[in-house]
Amino acid sequence: MAKRALPEINAGSMADIAFLLLIFFLVTTTMDVDSGINRKLPPWDEEQLDDPPPIKKKNIFTVLVNSRNQLLVEDEYMELEDLREAAKRFLNNNGDGSCDYCSGALRSPTSSDNPGKAIISLQNDRGTNYKTYISVQNELAAAYNDLREELAQRLYGKSYEDLEEEAREEVQNAYPQKISEAEPVSLG
Amino acid sequence: MSKFKKKQGGGTPAISTASLPDIVFMLLFFFMVTTVMREVTLKVENTKPKATEIKKLERKSLVTYVYVGKPKDMYASQLGSEPVLQLDDAIARVNEIGNFVISAREEINEAERPLMTVSIKADENVKMGLITDIKQELRKANSLKINYSTRKGEVFGEER
Repeated sequence: MAKRALPEINAGSMADIAFLLLIFFLVTTTMDVDSGINRKLPPWDEEQLDDPPPIKKKNIFTVLVNSRNQLLVEDEYMELEDLREAAKRFLNNNGDGSCDYCSGALRSPTSSDNPGKAIISLQNDRGTNYKTYISVQNELAAAYNDLREELAQRLYGKSYEDLEEEAREEVQNAYPQKISEAEPVSLG
Repeated sequence: MSKFKKKQGGGTPAISTASLPDIVFMLLFFFMVTTVMREVTLKVENTKPKATEIKKLERKSLVTYVYVGKPKDMYASQLGSEPVLQLDDAIARVNEIGNFVISAREEINEAERPLMTVSIKADENVKMGLITDIKQELRKANSLKINYSTRKGEVFGEER
């Protein structure tokens, strides 16, 4: 029996098939990375706490946003641009002197005791724009991130992003992010 | 001499295209790996607000999306012009979120359920009243990890 050579399969159209698949995937898929601001909601409680734990008024940094997207910070009108600095000043105030890593602290008696006790309270109107709300959230998060970044640079000479797990946790605990959101009211 | 002259002549040789499929397949696999299937057809306008302090959402399989915005022009005749909520492909009412989130949670395997995140993709012109209602519903459904979906970009810029 003579050995017959198998006829070769023409692979010329393979490229076409692959292109077809490629175009199909290009059309049906999206490439945008989803990113955003992560927040955690408080658990739902039917009965409200009768006596919430007492918090000194000076440890609360109140931010109110009304339906015209104006900010009232600590009973004073403020522009969005100044919010970050104001929040940083408040968090880094070190009123009782127990924060040994707060550099450039003002130590004002009417502002927060230390970063661990400082709470930012955010309240908005039902008519506030979502855009403004996100901007405010963003500025508040930025205040924390700025302070953490500064501390990371000072302690480790590295950016907060590049820190080891342990060091990162330490820096994070130095400025714990405490943003409390009250239910919206009609502020007018 | 004739030994060397033999190969010359006969025009340019054809370029081999045998490796073309390989190259295209490589591209194909690249796109298959880096992209996700488009999940829903958006019926609402969705221009996300800008923010700088953002984190990437990892593990897409653990994320559930809630879209909020004004209905697009083509649906305006049925849905009106007030911001509405879209869950998957359907327009929904706020009190339907609870069930939607719970059924989405059922699909995730038990060990990973606490990691489930609800991503709120809201249009920047939506009022906070609606967002707050959504957040209350999510609290009732005990789905506490949320993410406000944003675009990367400076907050201050065009409007001020």
